[in-house]
Formats: sequence, C-alpha cells, structure tokens
Amino acid sequence: MEVPILKQGAYLIASIQSALEDDDLVRLRDALTAQVGRARSRGVIVDVTALDVMDSFATRTLSELASIIRLRGAEMVIVGIQPEVAVALARLGLNLEGVATVLDLEEGIAYLNYKAHAPGREKNPRGQI
Amino acid sequence: MARSEVVKIKRGGGAAQLVDEQSKGAGELRVAIHAPADILEARKRGRELAASLGFSSTDCTLVATAISELARNIVLYATEGEIRLAPTANANHVGVVITASDCGPGISDLRNAMRDGFSTSRGLGLGLPGVRRIMDDFDIASSPKSGTTVTIKKWRLR
Repeated sequence: MEVPILKQGAYLIASIQSALEDDDLVRLRDALTAQVGRARSRGVIVDVTALDVMDSFATRTLSELASIIRLRGAEMVIVGIQPEVAVALARLGLNLEGVATVLDLEEGIAYLNYKAHAPGREKNPRGQI
Repeated sequence: MARSEVVKIKRGGGAAQLVDEQSKGAGELRVAIHAPADILEARKRGRELAASLGFSSTDCTLVATAISELARNIVLYATEGEIRLAPTANANHVGVVITASDCGPGISDLRNAMRDGFSTSRGLGLGLPGVRRIMDDFDIASSPKSGTTVTIKKWRLR
C-alpha cells in the first residue's frame, strides 16, 4: 500500500491510508527523504490517523525519519495519533522523543508555520499555537 | 490482575507436543507467520477476537500491538512460526490468550532480552519488555532446540 505524498506549498503531506507493512514504512521514509530535497520543502507532515497500531518498528522508523528530515533542513511533525494508539505507545515506553506530534492536520500546518517564522525558538511551541 | 492462570510451557522437547494438544482446542485461530504481511493479518485477527469478547477499544489496540511485536520477532529472528489466538476464561474474567511460537534459534540471553532498554538501545529491539507491560500475563520459554514460545493474556472482568 503506497502512501500518497501531497505537496502543499512549502510542505509535504504524507497521508497514511491504512495499516502499513514494514516495507511500506521504509519506502515512505525513503520517498520523503528524497522528495523533501527535490521539492525544497520546509516541512513534512506525516498523518497517522489511519494507523490503528503503532509498534516499536513503526515508531523507530518515524523517529528516524524525523531525524533525517531535520538533517535535510526541514521540520517534521506527526499528526493524528489515535487515543488508543497513544495509550499503547505510552505503556510501551515508546514516546517518540524528539519528534513533534500534534492533534491533527490543521495543527500540523500551524506548527510548521510557527517553526518557519520563529526559527530561533527551539522550545516546543505546542501550547502556543 | 488475574495472574493465577499463567500457562507454564515446558522447556525443551515437551513443548512440541503441548503445542499439538492445544491446537485441538475449540475456538482457536492459527495464523502462520512467514512474511511481513502476516504480521498485519495476525494483529487484525487478534483485534477482532478481543473485540468479540467485549474488550474496550484501548485493550483491543494493546492486544493488536502486542501481537505485532511478537509476530515481527518471528519474521525477523526465526523466519517462520505461528500465532495462535483463543478465548479463555476463569471464574471472574474473560480473556484472550495469544501464543507466538517458532522453531528459530531461540533467545540466547533471555534475561537481557527481558530487560528494559536492552533491545531499544540497539535499535532492533525484541520489544518483549514492552509486550509484558501492555499485557496482564506474560510467559516465555526459549531454547536453541525448541525455539521460542511466548504466551500472553489479556483479561477483563465479566
């Protein structure tokens, strides 16, 4: 199941549509890594609303992707973590440390806009959006 | 939590027979695991079973997540094996019992594999401490001869 990647201005939006196999996640990571350069994007949103399970492999791959995107000079934010999934992640001790997560797509765009206009402020701005 | 019903699985040669006996049990579902796609199938089936037993959606997600970890371990470390899913019950609880078994190389350092952070620091974790945390019962047997069998349960009050 390929994940569609939409270009929305300076941002890329990857909307995961259904449960992903490990290979699909790795392909998504590689595709975003390449496209963020090709499109000269400033930000990447990964929408995981459709994921009903996020296990250690998924969180590890997404954490790695966030690091890669940062190294490519952009920001990444994960949006749409479901409440049940959040409970599971917290219990598993998989807290996606260092990865920005916000409620939904709208908040994701607001987060990236904030980051784009306040580059000097490294503190997590979630409460200020 | 109802921890009284932990199934003790024999180590070594006895395990194979035990597996065959259990497979005859009513209402048991077996999912063969030999490719990454089977991970998705196993956790989908597990979620369906938990939901049919009246578990909350959070508990269903915990069950599906635990299955995902165990199934992936089979694919990564043993190449093939199976996940068995079955309803269970005791006086006050209904539950779901999940058995992940393989004939792989076994886990040489079980104690360390069960230690938090041991696996995650290496990037390719077994995820076993996490699975133990999100389930009510957890039992593991592993040896180079018989492979690895992990049995986990989730309970809810009737």
